[in-house]
Amino acid sequence: MLGLISPGQNGQITPTELCQKCLSLIKKTKFLNAYITVSEEVALKQAEESEKRYKNGQSLGDLDGIPIAVKDNFSTSGIETTCASNMLKGYVPPYNATVVQKLLDQGALLMGKTNLDEFAMGSGSTDGVFGPVKNPWSYSKQYREKRKQNPHSESGDSDWLITGGSSGGSAAAVSAFTCYAALGSDTGGSTRNPAAHCGLVGFKPSYGLVSRHGLIPLVNSMDVPGILTRYVDDAAIVLGVLAGHDPKDSTTVPINKPLVLSSLEDVSKLCIGIPKEYLVPELSSEIQCLWSRAADLFESEGAKVIEVSLPHTSYSIVCYHVLCTSEVASNMARFDGLQYGHRCDIDVSTEAMYAATRREGFNDVVRGRILSGNFFLLKENYENYFVKAQKVRRLIANDFVNAFNSGVDVLLTPTTLSEAVPYLEFIKEDNRTRSAQDDIFTQAVNMAGLPAVNIPIALSNQGLPIGLQFIGRAFCDQQLLTVAKWFEKQVQFPVIQLQELVDNCSAILENEKLASVSLKQ
Amino acid sequence: MAAPMLRWGCRGRRWALACVDGGSCHRRGAPTGSTSNRIRGQSSVAQQPLHTAQKPRKGEHKWAAVVGLEIHAQISSNSKLFSGSQVRFSAPPNSLVSFFDASLPGTLPVLNRRCVEAAVMTGLALNCHINKKSLFDRKHYFYADLPAGYQITQHRLPIAVNGSLTYGISAGKECGQVIPKMVRVKQIQLEQDSGKSLHDDLRSQTLIDLNRAGVGLLEVVLEPDLSCGEEAATAVRELQLILQALGTSQANMAEGQLRVDANISVHHPGEPLGVRTEVKNLNSIRFLAKAIDYEIQRQISELENGGEILNETRSFHEKLGCTVSMRDKEAKQDYRFMPEPNLPPLLLYDATSLPTGADPQQVINIDQIRETLPELPSVTRERLVQQYGMLPEHSFTLLNEVGLLEFFQNVMKETRAEPKKVTSWVLNIFLGYLKQENLAVSESPVTPSALAELLDLLDSRTISSSAAKQVFEELWKREGKTPGQIVSEKQLELMQDRGALEQFCYSVMKDHPQVVMDVKKGNPRAINKLIGLVRKATLNRADPAVIKEILEKQLSS
Repeated sequence: MLGLISPGQNGQITPTELCQKCLSLIKKTKFLNAYITVSEEVALKQAEESEKRYKNGQSLGDLDGIPIAVKDNFSTSGIETTCASNMLKGYVPPYNATVVQKLLDQGALLMGKTNLDEFAMGSGSTDGVFGPVKNPWSYSKQYREKRKQNPHSESGDSDWLITGGSSGGSAAAVSAFTCYAALGSDTGGSTRNPAAHCGLVGFKPSYGLVSRHGLIPLVNSMDVPGILTRYVDDAAIVLGVLAGHDPKDSTTVPINKPLVLSSLEDVSKLCIGIPKEYLVPELSSEIQCLWSRAADLFESEGAKVIEVSLPHTSYSIVCYHVLCTSEVASNMARFDGLQYGHRCDIDVSTEAMYAATRREGFNDVVRGRILSGNFFLLKENYENYFVKAQKVRRLIANDFVNAFNSGVDVLLTPTTLSEAVPYLEFIKEDNRTRSAQDDIFTQAVNMAGLPAVNIPIALSNQGLPIGLQFIGRAFCDQQLLTVAKWFEKQVQFPVIQLQELVDNCSAILENEKLASVSLKQ
Repeated sequence: MAAPMLRWGCRGRRWALACVDGGSCHRRGAPTGSTSNRIRGQSSVAQQPLHTAQKPRKGEHKWAAVVGLEIHAQISSNSKLFSGSQVRFSAPPNSLVSFFDASLPGTLPVLNRRCVEAAVMTGLALNCHINKKSLFDRKHYFYADLPAGYQITQHRLPIAVNGSLTYGISAGKECGQVIPKMVRVKQIQLEQDSGKSLHDDLRSQTLIDLNRAGVGLLEVVLEPDLSCGEEAATAVRELQLILQALGTSQANMAEGQLRVDANISVHHPGEPLGVRTEVKNLNSIRFLAKAIDYEIQRQISELENGGEILNETRSFHEKLGCTVSMRDKEAKQDYRFMPEPNLPPLLLYDATSLPTGADPQQVINIDQIRETLPELPSVTRERLVQQYGMLPEHSFTLLNEVGLLEFFQNVMKETRAEPKKVTSWVLNIFLGYLKQENLAVSESPVTPSALAELLDLLDSRTISSSAAKQVFEELWKREGKTPGQIVSEKQLELMQDRGALEQFCYSVMKDHPQVVMDVKKGNPRAINKLIGLVRKATLNRADPAVIKEILEKQLSS
């Protein structure tokens, strides 16, 4: 695996050794709450098989023997899949999501299922039934040193930071070196947002490029499996495995040629668009400054950088609210306690059983969205809300089409308003307010089905990661990642330093080596 | 619209359900109680609402009834509408359930090509406009045999619209003519069937069988152009024949492959339409006619007695022969329709719009389907009338009885008898025997070959028609004898010896001088009595025409 595993470098290691190292790290970082389920036995068995293949010279490819993690809203055969909800506690799917199956078919090792906001509804990874996910950067040398300089900061663990969400568990898992790539899901920014807060590449492919079969849906028309890795090349490798038509998902399209990421030497033929509507007052000055410096970087290397307008951006949040809650109301209807999942003890009547089961099974956020969604779908409201929101969605999508038609190749925007905030700060606002604020730069992309990627650019004054977002044309994922890779190379984002956290975890954690492990042949 | 109703008053119900894990679905218990096929809502006798506002207007005007039908036909396909599970009637419960059918989270619908083709065929046969773009929607309601909490249907833009169904109403037994009638087809939509609830009232349990969940349905919506039970029944019968001819549905009502809901209202002609009721669970054509006629009469007498018709759902009580209110507390539930986001619009093509180089496996060509349409029942009937000179009514009867047309055609192939004779024997005698014993054509003890042989014997005047009936009765006993064998064993051949017959006639006239006198006095009926006596004397083996000829000759000499 490029970036991850560069053959020929030192630090050769067998898949089983690698798997054990990661399992040991998972145990050491248990307090991060990144994993809901650790599939230790499965992973070790897969590692053993991988090792046999390597010994026989029959490696399946770049992902063979590579530890990965999967967000707990993807179905995994024989492994509990909870969506961080009481409703699905104990639910063991009988089948693998297509994306999971594809990774396993390539010999990847499934380390476990990662934490999230309940049913992926949230932007903090704080609202799941298994508790919040802690951002590994809270414990990084970079952040700790900055905090020592600040006389007001308290010592101790109470000021830990959120990961962002909803794929916070996946982000924390990759960030803390417990795996090399993780699947997230992205409906309004749920992969890119935690990637920005955890200093990772967070890639949301074009809608229709990657199968959703087996992904427990939030909003079917916007959900996309997301990829979290440390480097763009790794994301491209995973995308290469996942992309393509799936007969089990009628919204996927065939791809003509395999995805290969070349190195971009020259950006002078590129046109980078800067959407003016993304410069909002709430944007932190630090991020604004980095955004501007990034644009300058492109310009100084010969790219054309122009301001573009996406005039309907401001309607995105409210439009998303209507469409998201409506689909949520519909998608959640199947959780009635009959076929699978939680069922209450009440048996007075079927209706009473439904009501109590859903009351006990869903948290306030989920129930709130179901309620709103059902309101919007009522016969008397459908035209005024749902149909209007669909029209606005079309306008938002057309904004992007117009921008790209004006000659822009890639849009460059912030991913988040600010760096990661402490948990105690985050929970001062409710989930709905937070989601609305935090998705502001990421959500419109889902409405338009475009590919987008978060690339970490630098550390903030506080020593926390800041990322920027690149948005590409629909199904031009390869071009987008090529640009992102060039940018990644320019900015040289620092690797997280977690020695203090996992001090005795031997050589594998010395970051340079970790980033370039190679498996023994 | 299929508007499944929530059970009213299901206190104390417990669920013993299919458990879904580990890759297969097993039932935990066997149903011991009554099974009900989509009968939702406890039947209860309707409370008569007290309304005195309207004055009785008995006899003032005539009433007219307005009847519209919604017909659900299960598509005859190997697999379900959106999943790969098999479709089979009476398989062990929950043995035909895929992960999608059980609505496991993360599963997605994949449209079955065969179901789309069946919808297009049916649309074309019903003279519909086929929409080249149609859409799928979710219709939400909670019910235990609807695992996803919604049904995927075509609410906004169905696959076929604006068609017509021509059927024929008998003008009366004597003239044998059939009056053609037409009902407009509003639309045909593709949708999923639900599972079945098996209520065990004894144990207060409901068991769920998901074998039917997700089977493809064609919902055929007829405009309210019908005016009585007979029209509705005949129209549904015609639709059934069309579906069976197309092979798009087995359309067997007893097996639930064809289910009909009727919307019924009455009004005075020239005045606005009345409030309508919906009658559900009509699972035979006979009950359909009965239920509609009962409901029309109920509404008329309700209104004439100053009552009011409620917009409600009623079900037909087969034993009592009446409709009863389902008293559904959620009658006005909002289905919260929403586009199905996991299915792209369904696009169909014709010869002109077919993209060049399109993979035939990936597209459906309407024109190509049109070319493969089989002969429709109306054409078959016309052909029978033309080819065999039979009455239109007889052509209807031949098609209406399952297998009868084929039986008739097989007899025709093997006999020298006139088509009219064959028609008469098949429709009167053969069908009469079947009906008397309540048998299907396929269960008949008499084969087409045997009947053909019998009719040949009749045609060659080897036996008389009364002897033929005797032979038929013998054949019906399944003793494995051919008509020829029966005739010779029972000595049923007509007397060919004229001298002997003349002797019989002479004896009869001698023994019955009074009757002979009557004939001579000019009583025209008296000769028939003599003929009868001669036939009796010959043990029915003489041809009456020959007897008459001999008698007349002897009387006049």
